Amino acid sequence: MTIQGGASAPPADRVLSDGDVPLKVRLRRAERVRKMTAFGLVAPLLVFLLLTFVVPIAGMLWRSVGDNELSKVLPRTEAALVTWDGKSLPGEAAFHALADDLAQAHADDTAVIAARRLNYDVSGLHSAVMSLARHHFDPAATPSYRDAVIAVNHHWGEVDAWGAIRHARGPLTDFYLLSALDLHQDASGAIHRVPADRAIYLDVLARTFRISLTVTLFCLVLGFPVAYLLATQPPKIANGLMILVLLPFWTSLLVRTAAWVVVLQDQGIVNDLLLWLGVIDHPLRLIYNAIGVHVAMTHVLLPFMILPLYSTMKSIKPHFMRAATSLGAPPSVAFVRIYLPQCLPGIAAGCLLVFILAIGYYITPALVGGASDQMLSYFIAFFITDSVNWGLASALGAVLLGATLLLYAVYSKLVGGTDIKMG
Amino acid sequence: MVAEQNEQQPLVQFSQVQKSYDGETLVVKHLDLDIKRGEFLTLLGPSGSGKTTTLMMLAGFEVPTHGDIRLNGRAITSMPPHKRNIGMVFQNYALFPHMTVAQNVAFPLEVRKLPKEQIAAKVQKALGMVRLEEFGQRRPAQLSGGQQQRVALARALVFEPELVLMDEPLGALDKQLREHMQMEIKHLHDKLGLTVVYVTHDQSEALTMSDRVAVFNDGVIQQIDSPSALYEKPRNSFVANFIGENNNLNGEVVEMDQETCAVRLDDGSLVRAARINVHAVGARTTLSLRPERLYVDAAHEGATNQLSGQVEETIYLGDHIRVVARLSGGEPIMVKVQAGPHLVMPRPGDAIRLAFRTEDCRALNPVAAGKMADAGSTSH
Ligand SMILES: Nc1ncnc2c1ncn2[C@@H]1O[C@H](COP(=O)(O)OP(=O)(O)O)[C@@H](O)[C@H]1O
Ligand SMILES: [Mg+2]
Repeated sequence: MTIQGGASAPPADRVLSDGDVPLKVRLRRAERVRKMTAFGLVAPLLVFLLLTFVVPIAGMLWRSVGDNELSKVLPRTEAALVTWDGKSLPGEAAFHALADDLAQAHADDTAVIAARRLNYDVSGLHSAVMSLARHHFDPAATPSYRDAVIAVNHHWGEVDAWGAIRHARGPLTDFYLLSALDLHQDASGAIHRVPADRAIYLDVLARTFRISLTVTLFCLVLGFPVAYLLATQPPKIANGLMILVLLPFWTSLLVRTAAWVVVLQDQGIVNDLLLWLGVIDHPLRLIYNAIGVHVAMTHVLLPFMILPLYSTMKSIKPHFMRAATSLGAPPSVAFVRIYLPQCLPGIAAGCLLVFILAIGYYITPALVGGASDQMLSYFIAFFITDSVNWGLASALGAVLLGATLLLYAVYSKLVGGTDIKMG
Repeated sequence: MVAEQNEQQPLVQFSQVQKSYDGETLVVKHLDLDIKRGEFLTLLGPSGSGKTTTLMMLAGFEVPTHGDIRLNGRAITSMPPHKRNIGMVFQNYALFPHMTVAQNVAFPLEVRKLPKEQIAAKVQKALGMVRLEEFGQRRPAQLSGGQQQRVALARALVFEPELVLMDEPLGALDKQLREHMQMEIKHLHDKLGLTVVYVTHDQSEALTMSDRVAVFNDGVIQQIDSPSALYEKPRNSFVANFIGENNNLNGEVVEMDQETCAVRLDDGSLVRAARINVHAVGARTTLSLRPERLYVDAAHEGATNQLSGQVEETIYLGDHIRVVARLSGGEPIMVKVQAGPHLVMPRPGDAIRLAFRTEDCRALNPVAAGKMADAGSTSH
């Protein structure tokens, strides 16, 4: 509303001046304090995330492509192999350089680094490197290093061994990532599949996705009615049910998984019950196989499905269903056409959450699964702790991360991205 | 179909309907109600008086605990809501958020499996009816409250139901929009020959829109009548106080005949009142007097009753003057005096004589002094 002021009244739209500072600047100043406060409040979390999340992931990604160990140990050999064609054995210079490099490495105690790294690529190279490093060559008594080196270990007479050295020259390598996808690059640079008896990771990746998908579906099928019940019961009953849903969060994951071992083992409750009922006459194998993995993982991940579903359903007011019914829709039609579409954000969030948690699962399959039910995380853990092949562990991690991101991208495209509702 | 057989038969009949949610208290205590074909009936009453419950029983979302409801002469108590073919408009619109406006309006036609072209035509027509032709592709969230309510209206009418129920459909709108929508709904009712059952707690809304108003209180219909009859001829003190402004004077019946009775007020003065809701000499009664039927000129034609008091306050309101006075017995009384150039404004402290006709003074059931304020305040 405008008030017609008298002659003495200042024009209403003139901004009161504060010195000569323009309004925009003053606004920015006022905002700056607010922004700084907001930033100050989130700063600890940002630093924490940076140190514990971003840096490790970046480190992992770097390790999956970084390869600078070998070139430090075998600098002369790598230099000698620069012009090598990769088809036939390299020339005398390369053999000589290798012998010199390893002699030096032996003195520096670094030969084992080269041995381990080269053995990833061609098995048998560990002993080839170590024996060569320990061997002492007398330059005067060695007319041909080539023959002498091959005489020490026959691997050095094979092109693949030299290919492995050149392949590992760094600083970047595709070796680990290719390995994680069951691919291999030979000495001439051609990429081909590894022989069937050595291919495992694609299978493991497929298995990981298959188990995760099945578990996600189980969670959805089991969780949907529970979430519906939670969202539609009066608060008194709903709160009680909610505690049952949250109860698993109050017990350790290990305990819950171990409980499944007790329940599902040959002398466990389930088998006892089935035997007693006469449904079976000898115990079923329910654990240390795919059944155990699916049952235990579904149980552990169920709350992550129920909670997003519940929060979405809670926000769907009952009057929508009433309106649909009053417009002539039978309950089933009203459910499918009105209720379900409004649940979609919750279904999307729940499925995504469960699936992403499932593909990274480690403890539960490790404890209740058999050897052929292990998921990708198991191998990552194996390469980190047992065989200390961090490069391959990182590459498997990177593949997992990439697959997850890809899936998320497809998924958010389908569901409409912003519609995903976590709480 | 049945409609043609018997035009006189009410469209809806509630007979002896009761409803309790908890098995202890009756939310609807006793309901006998006939809804005529083509009428605009409003259920009016304070919040919690059972209006929504009544509507929900008719729509089929609640089941009466006693009695039955007939639609076109057929008992519908066991008929599921989606088969009743009753249009319904909710207070919060209940538009489906994941559908466009056109999809919302098409929904009732789709579940009835109409052919596609017919659906499109009907949707367009229904949107035209509420003047929203251009908004078909929008989402409900992109519309204003008034537009959303018009969509809800179009959706409830598109399948041409004979009966339309509306539960406080305008409650969420601001005053100006509400008045506009009242007219719009009323015009649709007239144009389409609908039968409308409309729930509101706003008396002015009820009076402006309805053919008949059922005043609810405590799960019982207090009176069902045309708006003017409700105002002019309230049958009991609740209705007198709920509809419009009212003065209550307590007293005791000292003598009565068929039409009128003599009442001795608590301050000792004697007045003659229309006998509406008193049954015996010696009974307590509360007289209902509309403020505009009290005259400050003692010689007003036909105004045979007289009371004296003292002016406490006068408020000038342009077309009339509101005089608040206190009778000699101490009761407050409010008078609306027609304003005009010749009027002398009474001043606070002035002695005043109030005159009124016998027929404008209605002897109703007694109201406890404390309750009077409650009853009065609900009318605002
Ligand atoms: N679904 C329900 N369950 C239990 N009590 C209810 C329910 N709906 C309404 N009530 C109670 O019934 C009474 C009447 O409610 P309602 O019919 O909604 O009144 P109105 O619409 O006139 O405000 C209120 O006391 C209310 O608390
Ligand atoms: Mg209500």
